[in-house]
Amino acid sequence: MLEHVNLSLVNWARAQFALTAMYHWLFVPLTLGLTFLCAFFETIYVKTGKEEWKALTRFWMKLFGINFAIGVATGIILEFEFGTNWANYSWMVGDIFGAPLAIEGIVAFFLEATFFAVMFFGWNRVSKDFHLFSTWMVAIGSNLSALWILVANGWMQYPTGMVFNPDTARFEMHNFFDVILSPYAISKFTHATTSGFALSSLFVIAVSSWYLARRRHVLMARRSIAVASVFGLLASLLLGLTGDEAAFMDGKHQPMKLAAMEGLWDGANNAPVVALGIVNGMKKPGDFHEPFVYSLKIPGLLSILANRQPGSFVPGINDLVFGNQERGITGAEQKIEMGRRAAKSLAAYKNAKKAGDIQKASAALDEFNKYRNYFGYGFLKAPEDAVPPVSITFYSFHMMVAVGTGMILIFLLYLFTTARGTVEQATWLYPFGVLFFFLAYMAGEAGWVVAEVGRQPWAIQGLLPVSIARTDIAPDNVKLTFFMFLATFTLLLIAEVKIMLKQIQIGPEEVK
Amino acid sequence: MKRNIFRRITNFYVEGLKSMTLGRTLWKIIAIKLFIIFFVFKIFFFPDMFEKHFRTDSEKAEHVMEVLARVPGTIPAPHIRKSTDRR
Repeated sequence: MLEHVNLSLVNWARAQFALTAMYHWLFVPLTLGLTFLCAFFETIYVKTGKEEWKALTRFWMKLFGINFAIGVATGIILEFEFGTNWANYSWMVGDIFGAPLAIEGIVAFFLEATFFAVMFFGWNRVSKDFHLFSTWMVAIGSNLSALWILVANGWMQYPTGMVFNPDTARFEMHNFFDVILSPYAISKFTHATTSGFALSSLFVIAVSSWYLARRRHVLMARRSIAVASVFGLLASLLLGLTGDEAAFMDGKHQPMKLAAMEGLWDGANNAPVVALGIVNGMKKPGDFHEPFVYSLKIPGLLSILANRQPGSFVPGINDLVFGNQERGITGAEQKIEMGRRAAKSLAAYKNAKKAGDIQKASAALDEFNKYRNYFGYGFLKAPEDAVPPVSITFYSFHMMVAVGTGMILIFLLYLFTTARGTVEQATWLYPFGVLFFFLAYMAGEAGWVVAEVGRQPWAIQGLLPVSIARTDIAPDNVKLTFFMFLATFTLLLIAEVKIMLKQIQIGPEEVK
Repeated sequence: MKRNIFRRITNFYVEGLKSMTLGRTLWKIIAIKLFIIFFVFKIFFFPDMFEKHFRTDSEKAEHVMEVLARVPGTIPAPHIRKSTDRR
């Protein structure tokens, strides 16, 4: 399999970005959800005045603090990579990303930095209510930070609210609200944050189950499970709804991604969802290989998911590559042709402007505007280049959905046993609680693989392929920093796990 | 009065930092990490390529336009040219 891996510069740069983003995402979801859980625990403490809830809150807050400290600033490296490995891209999107990232910085600094200190240093030094307010502000602030990053990501998936300026070679923001209220941005934000809520709930459940199995801190563990299983259940149900919305958006704006997610090569009415399948890795666009070695399908479900219309047509990879006149689908082949016309017009515009020929420049610009929506396709060498890696996208998507469905059951079981007062006896459930915590991490990472690998070859959907977004630098530089990051992040992860395990071993403070 | 508030806020942070136990270890990790990120990675391994090679925004724009205006198979990909190369 490795002989097929293309180790060119662009792929090293992509691998490095994927590595840093995936490591970053080990810390982020736990922060997003654990802050809210701490806020719930503390709210109960303030309402009831019981010191046990305070000890419980302080314990989870400590684990949150460890995760936050180890994870903080790991995302900055992604911004370094933009400037070094993706300089063309960085220049082109600077105007779009500037505002959301600046807001993120300000919000993160003022909300998190200010109230974070009160949350940790303020016990018994500020009033109970102000402390609780600070905890809520940290929860809201950290989730709002994620909003702005996900707005930027949503824009890459569905570029809107902008115009391309051929004089500056930049995408310029035309409508701020179109960018921040883009359905993709909202879908990304809700799906990513709810996945963090579910994962954090499983973290609390896993640690608490460990205590219950050892008959330590039983009351704290039971109470933690009660809150986490309710929060986790609501989050995982919302996760399913937001996931459905994300798939619907893909059907509308990224049909190639949706087709790859389901391994759908030939479009069909009443298209099925593959419940279980082994992808045929030999399959290529336009050939006669079977798409699956084995598959178990649910007829018609994909049509409902993609179009919310039973029996409707869902385009397959072949339709999107070669076009489907009957269905009015423009194939990548035609889009490449139109994209090349756009690129040629842009070159003509540039030359005419240099020569001072305003009339010619204006005609070239008109021609460019006619084809600008297909601009990115002009850089693809062949229609097949528009197809993302199908196996990776398919397996990642199905793994994510399977774990997402399984976690609903786990939360239900914990909630049911808690409600019946039998969670202490349900020792058979604990290994599943722990297992699903790790599976949830894998599912979260798989979700990002679906989102990002599934939209290849694009850095900006349809407008800029990764091969043009990259900087022309020596691949050895990227390889070197790739392994440096791997070492640094692994050390950080080991540090986090070690400190976390030690604190879990110590457990919460005893209530006097 | 203003001075008093300022002092109270400063004391809040100073006393909070002093009373840390696990927090001390975490701050050390944060400090080492930030040093590695900003003083090793950023300075030695992650230069802003455009800032390094171009002096003005119009030079950056011109470079990107050269990349964008080429059609595969017709015009070779331009390499980053430094500002000094043009003089």
